[in-house]
Amino acid sequence: MVPTNYLLALSAVLFIIGVAGVLVRRNALVIYMAIELMLNAANLAFVAFAAEFGAVDGQIAVFFVMTVAAAEVAVGLAILVTIFRTRQSIDIDALHRLKG
Amino acid sequence: MFLSEVMNQSGTFFYLVPWAVFFPVLGLLFNMAFGRRIGERGVAVVAVTASGLSFVVSVLMWLSLRVQPAGATVPFLSWMTVVNVSWAFRVDTLAVTMMLVVSGVGTLIHLYAVGYMHYDVRYKGDPGRYARFFVFLNLFIASMMILVTGDSYLMLFVGWEGVGLCSYLLISFWFEYDTKGNLSLANALAGKKAFIANRIGDFGFMTAMFYMFAVFGTLNFEQVFAEAPGVAQSHPQAILIITLLLLLGVTGKSAQIPLYVWLPDAMAGPTPVSALIHAATMVTAGVYLIARSHVLYDLVPTAQHAVALVGALTALFAATIAVAQNDIKKVLAYSTISQLGFMVAAVGVGAYVAAMFHLIAHAFFKALLFLAAGSVIIAMERAHHPLPEEGGHEGHHSDDPPDFDPQDMRFMGGLRKVIPVTFWTYLIAGLTLAGIPPLAAFFSKDEIIADTRAAFPLVYWLLVAAAFLTAFYIGRQIFLVFFGKPRSHAAAHAKESPWTMTSVLVALAALSVAGGLLNWPHPYLAEWLGHTFGEVESGGLNPLVAGTSATIAVISLLLAWWLYGKRPLESAAQPDPLQRPLGWLFTAMQARWWVDELYAAVIIGPEVALARLAAAFDVWFIDTAVNDTAWLTDFVGRKIAGWQTGFVRNYALSVFVGVLLIFTYLLWR
Amino acid sequence: MSVDLLVLLVLALIAVGAALGMLFSRNVVYAVLFLVLVMLTLAVLYLILGAPFLALAQVTVYAGAIMVLFLFAVMILGPQKLTETGGPIGWQRPLAFGLTALFLAEVVYAFAAKVGGLGALNCANAGFGSPAAIGHLLFNRYLLPFEVTSVLLLVAAVGAVVLTREE
Repeated sequence: MVPTNYLLALSAVLFIIGVAGVLVRRNALVIYMAIELMLNAANLAFVAFAAEFGAVDGQIAVFFVMTVAAAEVAVGLAILVTIFRTRQSIDIDALHRLKG
Repeated sequence: MFLSEVMNQSGTFFYLVPWAVFFPVLGLLFNMAFGRRIGERGVAVVAVTASGLSFVVSVLMWLSLRVQPAGATVPFLSWMTVVNVSWAFRVDTLAVTMMLVVSGVGTLIHLYAVGYMHYDVRYKGDPGRYARFFVFLNLFIASMMILVTGDSYLMLFVGWEGVGLCSYLLISFWFEYDTKGNLSLANALAGKKAFIANRIGDFGFMTAMFYMFAVFGTLNFEQVFAEAPGVAQSHPQAILIITLLLLLGVTGKSAQIPLYVWLPDAMAGPTPVSALIHAATMVTAGVYLIARSHVLYDLVPTAQHAVALVGALTALFAATIAVAQNDIKKVLAYSTISQLGFMVAAVGVGAYVAAMFHLIAHAFFKALLFLAAGSVIIAMERAHHPLPEEGGHEGHHSDDPPDFDPQDMRFMGGLRKVIPVTFWTYLIAGLTLAGIPPLAAFFSKDEIIADTRAAFPLVYWLLVAAAFLTAFYIGRQIFLVFFGKPRSHAAAHAKESPWTMTSVLVALAALSVAGGLLNWPHPYLAEWLGHTFGEVESGGLNPLVAGTSATIAVISLLLAWWLYGKRPLESAAQPDPLQRPLGWLFTAMQARWWVDELYAAVIIGPEVALARLAAAFDVWFIDTAVNDTAWLTDFVGRKIAGWQTGFVRNYALSVFVGVLLIFTYLLWR
Repeated sequence: MSVDLLVLLVLALIAVGAALGMLFSRNVVYAVLFLVLVMLTLAVLYLILGAPFLALAQVTVYAGAIMVLFLFAVMILGPQKLTETGGPIGWQRPLAFGLTALFLAEVVYAFAAKVGGLGALNCANAGFGSPAAIGHLLFNRYLLPFEVTSVLLLVAAVGAVVLTREE
């Protein structure tokens, strides 16, 4: 069988790509999608561990993550749309009023 | 009857002694709060009454002591329990003697000041300051009472500091002016000088107290004196050091060498202040201190010799200066220093009764001299510059020369004809000072001289010389001021002072005359003080010594008459008759032997330079450090604030960097 | 090399490739589609790892609903011409890439040298990850989270409506 390490490595790589996406992209939607990628990577890790230890609890966790992700996307996209309805731009760098 | 109601079971009033302090305190508080509203009359009534009631309490203490001569200790409150220090009143014959002198003479001077200050505040142009004067005077009486009734060195010191403060407040009463009335720092500087010179003495006193506490474990009189013989065995040097340090304190407060320099400058204060504080009461606090500590001094003859020498040298030194002064109050100031030297020399040879006798007599005649001098000065002022209510008008300065000084004796002369009451009282006081029998000081000074003759011959000769000069300078002063022809317009037109002032002069003159009865022919005072000092033999009257000193005094007065009375000075500009014969000696005496200048060069000069250096360092280094720290904080703050760019991606990056750091740390653990 | 490993490798490559594509594509729609591909790949992986229910849930919920929602958003906002490089904080992009590369290196090192003691997967037993098994746990041990999650979904739905209402 496949050692769990490899799956975890894949999960880590996907997670890092997600992080890079949040830090590098200026399009707000793409940043949001990168966050979703990160969540998926975490899900993969859960499933891998569930498979290794034979405990379905890991999959339950994934279930909840998915649900919460759905809720979060709904609200988050609503907010994004509202903000950018007024601004006509989805450049996240345009929001820098809270300067120190 | 009221007295019997107030008396307690044993027939004594000891428990009332705290009121000697409280009456003046109440008086001063009342005048502070309501002084403006009740006017000059009200303020005067309150202040004089407060002081008078203090005197009444002192009399009650005297009566109580006649019933119970051993005295009593009245505890009042516990102060610092950690070091077992409390405030209790010690009422014994020595304390009550001082109490009577302080409150008695003090009340008379309060009364005098009522009239004097009425004119003074108007001449200086600030009538509203009247109440403040009496607040300070009452505070002085209260502090002095604390000083003499304390049962421990600490309470004595509290009063000591209190009178030092009052001295400062009262000398600098007219702090914006100098004695001539010009805008100047002179009065303020005089007050500062008094305070600082006293402070040096206080340093000695405090160090003595610290050492005493370290060695004895207590500051209470009874306990210290009981333990003293034992300590003299176990710590031989301890008592010597303590007594010498106390001597330093005495030289400060009682104006002896080397700290006497503040007293002549203190004449900048109004005359009642000079009379009360610098002649009659405060300066005697040092003498009281040594008398109180007689147990300690008796154990160390070395310290006693030191005290006696300091006193005798000061007596002679100050007398030489007094001979050559032109300001009427300066002569009296140096005279005070000289007479205090007599007293200090007396306690230095163990003649405590003689010293206290002279203290009382001196209180009478010196206060009288100062008050009469004040009367003279006011008379000159009123003639020179009459007040509107007396017929003068703004700017009217009569025909006096432009450098006219109401206190300068060279502008006086012939005043006996125009201010007779002042003249006669002044004459009585002057003759008392000179030591002419049967006036009070003849007996007291004579007793001191007799006692020193046996104990310490060097001191004896110094004091005899000082006595000769004493009679001379007071004779000189009387002839210059009251005899001859008036040397200025003001002197010719001087007017007698009001009854509030002259009545006090007469009262004090009577006391000066009768004062000798205190210890002669029957040694009442010696017996009275014997209850506190233990067995004391009073010197009695040695006919040889008495005759000698009386003769010396008479010769001295005749000399003064020959120089100043026979051919009186014609004008203010004429030089002093002693100038030619004595030459440089006279110049030195008039310049006060340049002691102030010496101090200024040797002590004050370097100290001021050091202060300037410290100030420069403060600005250059410390201020810069503080300012730069502030600037640095601001700079760093601004730079760090730059982190808050406002961009979400930057914040995300910051979070990520944090995660990275933690991950790295965990990885390497 | 066993079949499992080969399959895993292929799927991994596809997933990572699609993720990188999402990271670098200029066109937002392409990015969305790349992400959909990632999710589908992950669904296949779940199947292999003995989580059939989750695999289908992934496809229907994640790829089917959430990503569609994203597409809706993209359509609402219209075409955007955004230069990804430059802008007010031009230094952010290179710095972020550098730091993520560093992070990747550390993670690789961690997995290669540190993480040990993990065994192999075993999900041979049938019924593992089946809806029955999940349901059994969900409604017994995790009942409270389940209920709370349903409330959460309700709140999210209401919130989304409230936020986008035109006043």
